[in-house]
Amino acid sequence: MSSAALSALAWIITGITPVWSGVEPSDRQRIYFANHSSHGDLILLNACLPARQRARTRAVAAADYWGKSRLRRFIAEDLLSSVLIEREATDPAAKPLDRLVEVLDAGDSLILFPEGTRNMTDEPLLRFRSGLYNLALARPDVELVPCWLENISRVLPKGHFLPVPLLCRAIFGPPISLQPGEERLDFLERARAALLSLRPQRRGDPR
Amino acid sequence: MIMREAVMLFLFLGGVLAIASLIAWALAARSSGAPSPTLVNLRQRINAWWVMVAVIGLAFLFGHGGTTVLFALISFAALREFVTLSHTRRSDHYVLLAMFLVVLPVQYWLVWTAWYGLFTIFIPVYCFLLMPAVTALQGDTERFLERVSAQQWAVMLAVYCVSHVPALMTLNVPGFEDRMLLLVAFLIVTVQGSDVLQYVFGKLFGRHRLAPSVSPSKTWEGLIGGVAAASLLGAALSFMTPFSPLQAAAIALMICLLGFLGGLVASAIKRDQGVKDWGHLIEGHGGMLDRADSLVFAAPIYFHIVRYYWTV
Repeated sequence: MSSAALSALAWIITGITPVWSGVEPSDRQRIYFANHSSHGDLILLNACLPARQRARTRAVAAADYWGKSRLRRFIAEDLLSSVLIEREATDPAAKPLDRLVEVLDAGDSLILFPEGTRNMTDEPLLRFRSGLYNLALARPDVELVPCWLENISRVLPKGHFLPVPLLCRAIFGPPISLQPGEERLDFLERARAALLSLRPQRRGDPR
Repeated sequence: MIMREAVMLFLFLGGVLAIASLIAWALAARSSGAPSPTLVNLRQRINAWWVMVAVIGLAFLFGHGGTTVLFALISFAALREFVTLSHTRRSDHYVLLAMFLVVLPVQYWLVWTAWYGLFTIFIPVYCFLLMPAVTALQGDTERFLERVSAQQWAVMLAVYCVSHVPALMTLNVPGFEDRMLLLVAFLIVTVQGSDVLQYVFGKLFGRHRLAPSVSPSKTWEGLIGGVAAASLLGAALSFMTPFSPLQAAAIALMICLLGFLGGLVASAIKRDQGVKDWGHLIEGHGGMLDRADSLVFAAPIYFHIVRYYWTV
């Protein structure tokens, strides 16, 4: 219910529209992996999923940001039912990957930002960290669905907290999966290329 | 008080839409197999028209307040589409925020309080000078002129021009003090009617392209047939205005031609930016600006004609 209210707010500001191109919404267990440039990404991607799947999908969010204050924790955990994990695992016992595998084993889908941090560069997409590969290796049956979030970095640039209302789209592409014997770096590069290929080209964009 | 003329007008519009829906239904029933993309689009357009007429009718029921709020929302949607399509940089954030949080609300507050003197110059003078100043203060000169120009265009088209529609209700036309909504209705029905009629005439008789490099779907047959028919419609609607039938036809002719030019300019911007539609808010039509581009051009001049010749 509360996540529906957050989705409605996201729609009012960004008119967020999902574009399913080469993939359809489905009850199958999935890992949605998306580009990350704003704290709004989580909310937008959540808003794009049909209600039934939204209830069964949990975003992976950084504990060092979303766990920092009670408000952030409320938004991330209570409204968006995110899984907060430590990005820089100082404590080896924390084992963030195990947490995520547990979530998958409970039958839920995941939203993952494989860049690991918000992209503040002029590059369209940073290098992927290993999390996506490790999850794909641990649970090979789960579909990996790329999702390009368009414009959200313009809505809420770094260092600002008031969003400019601009139209955003979330473009979902055909799922990929880990090939038998595929090397970690090869797979991560292929996943990154699959996500980049969804990016619409507009005149004047930096290539 | 519900105006008799307004009730008649909405019954008329409902009748036209009912006939349109029946025709589309008959066309679909006659075609074997899957309906053509044009027919699918036609049905989407007609369905969207039902919604749009209902929304405008609802706003009218709430009088001046409802109509002002409706057009503020239309401005918001149009501004959002325009800014989305224009080139912006991170350093534009404060100006862009101000366009939505200051410029738009202030302009509509000026409409609501009928402060004509500031209403006409707030955007073309104050915003025109201050917005680029704020941009310059951010210190980012990359594609500066392009960025500030797009910002000016955005507030002029989406806020300033659109706000002239509800501003009509602030005019003082003798004998029409509590019926200015009818002049708003006259503007909307003739200009939007002209868009629809140009589409119909273009689809039925269109042969000679008018501006193929800007908008391939616009034809001379569509323009002439549509605008002529819409001018007749304007004359027929003169009963709900202070205009004589001849005056109403002349005004309708002028605002429909302006509406056509608005569509042409909007097409040129879209083509320059490499998109087909401004957005996808209204199914079958595209974005808010795809539907409102003609109104954007027609409203300010219609406003000033009414103000110059009919107010005291």
